[in-house]
Amino acid sequence: MKNLVILGAGTAGTMMANHLHHHLKTPEWNISIIDERDKHYYQPGFLFLPFDIYTPDDIIKTVEEFIPKEVSLIKSKIDKIVPEENKVQLTDGKQLDYDVLIIATGAKIATEETPGMEGEEWQKSVFDFYTFDGALALRNKLRDWTGGKLVVHITEMPIKCPVAPLEFAFLADSFFKNKNMRDKVEITYVTPLSGAFTKPKATEALTHLLDEKNIRIESDFAIEQVDNEKKEIIDYGGRAIPFDILVTVPTNKGDELIERSGMGDDLNYVPTNKATLQSKVYPNIFVLGDASDIPASKAGSVAHFEAEILTDNILHFVKGEPLTEAFDGHANCFIETGNDKALLIDFNYTHEPVEGSFPFPGIGPLRLLKESRMNHMGKLAFRWIYWNVLLKGTHIPFVSANMSDSGKHYEKALNE
Amino acid sequence: MEKVIAGKPITVNEEGYLTDFNQWDEKVGEAIAAENHLSLTPRHWDVIKYLQNEQKNQVALSIRRVGKSGVVDIKELYSLFPNAPLKTATKIAGIPKPASCI
Repeated sequence: MKNLVILGAGTAGTMMANHLHHHLKTPEWNISIIDERDKHYYQPGFLFLPFDIYTPDDIIKTVEEFIPKEVSLIKSKIDKIVPEENKVQLTDGKQLDYDVLIIATGAKIATEETPGMEGEEWQKSVFDFYTFDGALALRNKLRDWTGGKLVVHITEMPIKCPVAPLEFAFLADSFFKNKNMRDKVEITYVTPLSGAFTKPKATEALTHLLDEKNIRIESDFAIEQVDNEKKEIIDYGGRAIPFDILVTVPTNKGDELIERSGMGDDLNYVPTNKATLQSKVYPNIFVLGDASDIPASKAGSVAHFEAEILTDNILHFVKGEPLTEAFDGHANCFIETGNDKALLIDFNYTHEPVEGSFPFPGIGPLRLLKESRMNHMGKLAFRWIYWNVLLKGTHIPFVSANMSDSGKHYEKALNE
Repeated sequence: MEKVIAGKPITVNEEGYLTDFNQWDEKVGEAIAAENHLSLTPRHWDVIKYLQNEQKNQVALSIRRVGKSGVVDIKELYSLFPNAPLKTATKIAGIPKPASCI
């Protein structure tokens, strides 16, 4: 019997378990998935929790209920991978041999990268919303906050869901408007980038929205430290930005197990072929989702598109066939803009987000790079899709793994 | 588009970055530095040479990576090239502006 082992039962790993058990069956194959956690969080929900739009119940389920019964779920902490011996060592001393390994251990915040971030003021006036605890603490703070300086901040790129901090700023604007206290809150968006987003066309649209919502932007800010006493963030050039509440996105890093295994780059991401999703070093190791170093967004939609392509490639690999270089970096993200509206962006390695309609060219119903209520409905509907369709590895109708050019207005973007 | 830098016609993009490194020499670097109100010291040159070498080896540039290079720490990088150090330093070095990822 051969063994396929999946590390991590988050969005990416769970989807792979659901895809592969249809193809790699007993008695030839045994599929195992390893994760120490009991809870599966709907991470996009962390954006809505602070504003009381979602409750904890909306965004927490068990890891177990999404793992097919044909797959062995092993609840254990992983010590390290020994790729030369095709082994995974668990912290309880057990080890697993593998023929094929899938790394889906994700990315998480690393507050220790910035002096003072997890200091005196942590979860008093300095918050993250990339963890359940952080989002919940922030919700409790915002419920009776009377106003002041709200600073929304990105430490450094890359981060999971690069649009999330912008969405946070937009939702904060409408949250305080609805509470009739927008005039008591000054919102500043602080980014290490030169503008609102990483892609020029989308930056244009988003900068306009920031202006419209009276959110000030401070760009090119590379944070050196958080001063807990003065309640300021300070960059390497000495620029200081005061806050009453700091909502920061700390440095994101891959799991420490990647570092322990000696398999990562300086942020613990695994060097991966961006078209095949195979490890650049070990042919029988594949990487998907946030754990890899490919230049695509770290987002659930990316993991979903990758999973369809990776399934094909793993089947090719076990049959000894050449891999297909199929992954194009496709990402598809709703961007909440507040007041029950949202934008939708669709892009890949080579094409930046542009205006147009999605998924049906010329029809929609969703509009690319334009605010609409329908897009917001799409974002809210997505939670149901996530739990009921996406994790189960079911193909989403009309949305292909590779990006489609039709219905999009490319003439401007292609000239850039 | 073309721009005269250090007395030579040089092809640059709309943000002023050289599009052909073969047109770069130290005089061009000094002229771009002067436009940015900088005069280059040996420490500036250490950073510039390092960046050019990384670019040649197709390493993606980031402030974090430069800070860990052993050539310069981030604090000094900011004192050498104030405000947006990597953008200014790559422009002087005649290499593309680092693609801010995704």
